Amino acid sequence: MEFPKDLKYTKEHEWVKVEGNIATVGITDYAQDSLGDVVYVELPQEGASVTKHEPFGVVESVKAVSDLYSPLSGSVTEVNDAIVDSPEAINEDPYGDAWMIKVEISSDSDLGDLLTADEYQKFIEEEK
Amino acid sequence: MEANGTKGLVLEEPLIFEKSFPGRAGIGPAPSDVPEADPASVLPSKFLRKGIEGFPDISEMDAARHYTRLSQWNFGLDSGFYPLGSCTMKYNPKINETAARLPGFAMLHPYQPEHLSQGALELMHSLEGYLAEISGMEAITLQPSAGAHGELCGLLMMAAYFKAQGKPRTKIIIPDTAHGTNPASSHLAGFKVVPVKTEGKGALSVEMVRAVMDEDTAGLMLTNPNTIGLFERNIKEIADLVHSKGGLVYCDGANMNAIMGLVKLGDLGVDVVQLNLHKTFSTPHGGGGPGSGPVGVGKVLEPYLPCPRIKKEGGKYSLDFNRPDTIGRMKAFYGNFSIMVRAYSYIRRMGGAGLKRASETAILNANYIKERLKGTYHLAFDEPCMHEAVFSDKFQLGSGISTMDIAKRLIDYGYHPPTVYFPLVVHGAIMIEPTETETVDTLDRFIEVMKAIAEEAKTNPQLLKDAPTKTKIRRVDETRAAREPILRWK
Repeated sequence: MEFPKDLKYTKEHEWVKVEGNIATVGITDYAQDSLGDVVYVELPQEGASVTKHEPFGVVESVKAVSDLYSPLSGSVTEVNDAIVDSPEAINEDPYGDAWMIKVEISSDSDLGDLLTADEYQKFIEEEK
Repeated sequence: MEANGTKGLVLEEPLIFEKSFPGRAGIGPAPSDVPEADPASVLPSKFLRKGIEGFPDISEMDAARHYTRLSQWNFGLDSGFYPLGSCTMKYNPKINETAARLPGFAMLHPYQPEHLSQGALELMHSLEGYLAEISGMEAITLQPSAGAHGELCGLLMMAAYFKAQGKPRTKIIIPDTAHGTNPASSHLAGFKVVPVKTEGKGALSVEMVRAVMDEDTAGLMLTNPNTIGLFERNIKEIADLVHSKGGLVYCDGANMNAIMGLVKLGDLGVDVVQLNLHKTFSTPHGGGGPGSGPVGVGKVLEPYLPCPRIKKEGGKYSLDFNRPDTIGRMKAFYGNFSIMVRAYSYIRRMGGAGLKRASETAILNANYIKERLKGTYHLAFDEPCMHEAVFSDKFQLGSGISTMDIAKRLIDYGYHPPTVYFPLVVHGAIMIEPTETETVDTLDRFIEVMKAIAEEAKTNPQLLKDAPTKTKIRRVDETRAAREPILRWK
């Protein structure tokens, strides 16, 4: 299982890639593996605002339906509509093709509690 | 060990549309002795029915064989053990069916006048009384047609209560040990859900609720016993806290089958509860329905109950529509009446002592399975459970075997799999609810099979990966079924 070092992670199993004031968000390899085959994904509209720790979408697998929690607050600048039509991308390439949303990070959004790859890996070891 | 599943002749059967042959029919009416008239020449066109496209022309015998064959592909409670956790697949006594088929009940017309429906009204009135006594609530409505419908009904009454006070409240607290339908029902009733994580403890504490309960919050919605099969022991203190902030407590009573006769929810500070007759009171789950989800309320919510209410005055029963604060109707007519007859029949047959013993036996059976299988399967919460026990695939994952493989292998042994991958708070959950209606012999046999499967997982995991092998349809492609569903015949 991979956890790229250049990404940040949450305990809700999302990954974040911060580039300037834009953050790209998706779910981790561990999340897709635990969920099993993803069959449906619901994402917000472009322009919607997302709030840290609040749900921004839904992902459904053959096992369960789970909320997607936003790792930060801001407004959605881009949505990966391609994965809505082919949710299998989330299982195949969670860090690449299956990015979910891009968010313009609001000025007061706190990124301090995001985990590094090592911290996240340690967290899921404990959770198992 | 000899498997339960054995060989048998299962016949292929096409769709009924594919068996159609033009002109074939179930009934051949005798030739008419009056001249035929073209309906179009005597009736206005708006009353004329068009042909039904694709409607099969089929003989009576072919129709009978068609449905009999399909029924032989099925697995139900009458075919075998069905330990589906959270669903409470208890046996449905046949006397319930006899009662529901009595012509006086079965042939009733919903518009039959009150003075000709006294027996039905009496049955409903009595059932309300029994359910009120069992739940410890003030009054009951029988209208909601399922558990989640009952939840919505209860939540709408809560909303109406706060609105009537001039202080509508917008939020509701729901712990992660509550039933999955609770957040959906709350959302539908207009509340914003405040989730509470029990952080692996399996039960709610007063502190967890205190941290989020405020005066914008209508109250708490919890499931008790909760969805992990544990009793929420702090419920009384939690209810007191919610009440001190002016809030109300909704208890999802879907798991009442573990506490009927033992606990009166009203005594624990619960203001509103729904009871699932198709779980606790042995009415059928049917093919997805009809269910029945009566709602019980305490004094404060009584004025908001759906109407009509059934009133008894001077030995006569009537329907009372004069309820100015009611939330209105929840269901056409009076709810799913034939299900009420079955529940009434069950309660009368069991009696108070019998219902209590049913709860005790449900708890005993679940704890028996829990104790005998822990060690073989990882037990999520090692403490006394109520009516269901939650295991996981943690011990088997090392051999590449997951919960789904264990569930599929059970089918080969002739058992319906338990609930899997739910509750979500347990990874790879296997939730087993034996119910009180199974004998210890059945439980012993099931335990042996579960142990045999755990052994197979170590010595021959491919057996589990390939399962089921004895069914008509082998392992189905659930992913493709969900991604590309074919929902109708074309």
